[in-house]
Amino acid sequence: MSVLTGGHSATDAARERTFGPLYSRNALSVVSRGLMAAKSSTWLILVSGFFEPVLYLISMGVGLGPIVGTVAGPGGQEISYAAYIAPALLAVSAMNGAVYDSTWNVFFKMNFAKLYQGMLYTSLGPLDVAIGEVFLALLRGLLYATGFTAVMAVMGLITTPWAVLVIPASVLIAFGFASFGMGITSFMKTFQQMDWINFFMLPMFLFSATFYPLSVYPQYIQWLIQAMPLWHGVELLRQISIGSFSPATAVHIAYYLVMIALGITLTTGRLRKLFLK
Amino acid sequence: MHNEATRSFSTSASFQMNPPAVITAENLTKSYGELVAVDGISFEVPAGESFGLLGPNGAGKSTTMKMIGGVSQRTSGKLSIMGLDPETHGPEVRAHLGVVPQQDNLDEELKVRENLIVYGRYFGLPLSYLRPKADELLEFAQLTDKAKSRVDALSGGMKRRLTIARSLINEPKILLLDEPTTGLDPQARHILWDRLFRLKEQGVTLILTTHYMDEAEQLCDRLIVVDKGRIMAEGSPASLIREYSTREVLELRFGSERNATIGVELAGVGERVETLPDRVLIYADDGESALEQVSARRLRPLTSLVRRSSLEDVFLRLTGRSLVD
Repeated sequence: MSVLTGGHSATDAARERTFGPLYSRNALSVVSRGLMAAKSSTWLILVSGFFEPVLYLISMGVGLGPIVGTVAGPGGQEISYAAYIAPALLAVSAMNGAVYDSTWNVFFKMNFAKLYQGMLYTSLGPLDVAIGEVFLALLRGLLYATGFTAVMAVMGLITTPWAVLVIPASVLIAFGFASFGMGITSFMKTFQQMDWINFFMLPMFLFSATFYPLSVYPQYIQWLIQAMPLWHGVELLRQISIGSFSPATAVHIAYYLVMIALGITLTTGRLRKLFLK
Repeated sequence: MHNEATRSFSTSASFQMNPPAVITAENLTKSYGELVAVDGISFEVPAGESFGLLGPNGAGKSTTMKMIGGVSQRTSGKLSIMGLDPETHGPEVRAHLGVVPQQDNLDEELKVRENLIVYGRYFGLPLSYLRPKADELLEFAQLTDKAKSRVDALSGGMKRRLTIARSLINEPKILLLDEPTTGLDPQARHILWDRLFRLKEQGVTLILTTHYMDEAEQLCDRLIVVDKGRIMAEGSPASLIREYSTREVLELRFGSERNATIGVELAGVGERVETLPDRVLIYADDGESALEQVSARRLRPLTSLVRRSSLEDVFLRLTGRSLVD
């Protein structure tokens, strides 16, 4: 065996790439590692994450729906209760998938599996790791969203071709949560602290106009909820699902674009601080 | 087994016998708040050398290794790896490095062979290169029949060998080994030493931390003894023994009661007498004649042992015998 090979080898070529101080243009290797690991271990989690919103939709939409009757949709037109909550549940599932991947998964890899320490001793930079992990979270979000949209179609809740756009919009929502989640997780040291994330997520899930309109709240509560990311996701998907767009649609999208930019900045900065200290 | 092409190239390029330094550290300092972990150390490592950092726990060895790998930012001083600053060119510097960390951080979600392939992908290496390379390294680490095993099914020694195999996936010019054999049984240690020696023969620069003195004597061409973040001594194992110890050591046991007082009675025997709670060490160039002198003084030790002076004697003399936590 020779470790030093003569001539121009694959390893020389790999060394002659252009590197940045934080980025080596190789986030793809982090993604392919995630896919390889998923192949063997996380199927069950993947499946359970898909069924959760479907079960909510069946129980609330089919069970509660007939009692509620029709409700006013984004453009003011009457839609069935199931059609009202379905896009909201899709937003919740995009959020949950992304948050699970970028918080609990990342927390484990960071503190127990020491995965990132290993990665950062190669020519990967922290930005490669952040992009790769966030991309994996998005891939999961994409799978959930596609599955859930198919369920909506089967249940007859899709009435316009615009509804196909809920899939990329879900990925946008997942992107926002994943990029932020990973940065926030980097501050967490113990399992108790990780529970704070649930403490924040559950009320957001229940109160972000998921199951009833925002108008039931007094004004100041409305403002509070409108500041939260999930509300923007719920409203965005609800609008798209029935093809009723307004200037607010652009605001919701912009909210997520800003969230993504801030989240990626935070995460890369934190990874640098944690691993390149 | 030396890579003649590389050797003659570097000689003619620099017009001197010594190969150029691949690592240069000047006044390297790292402090964590009040605590100064590395306190202004300077050293150079020429290509192909096997260089050791010895020191008790907390001496600053691992911190130095982390700074070389560019995963720890220095507080002050200069550091150059293959002519690059690891702080500003982290990914590029690490493309030349292989790292064996103190604790195995293998990817437990992947199989043994997958660990090698995926790690190689992190370096941006193509699968066409990685597939045969992974098989070659499994052979090297004597893990070929474990290729499809889960990582958590491996023994400690196997994990260590896999970690070393993994560190070689990018054909590194410099291999950083942080206590590579800690926690291994003697068989596993000797296999590892053999593998590391082969790498050295192939011209890989080895940077090694250890607190096993026999390991340092086996593997290091040159070493520095570090304590409290400072360099206490520097040289080859043999020259350090010459400089800081005698050729031989006579170990005497008189029983714990007499031990404390016997030092006075032994004064003048050998070059130096050191009284420990359980035994007395006499440093002398000729241990047997020192023992004769002891007998001539009618002092009757319960046991006596003459041995060659080792790096451990040097180490303990330089860093003291009190426990470091």
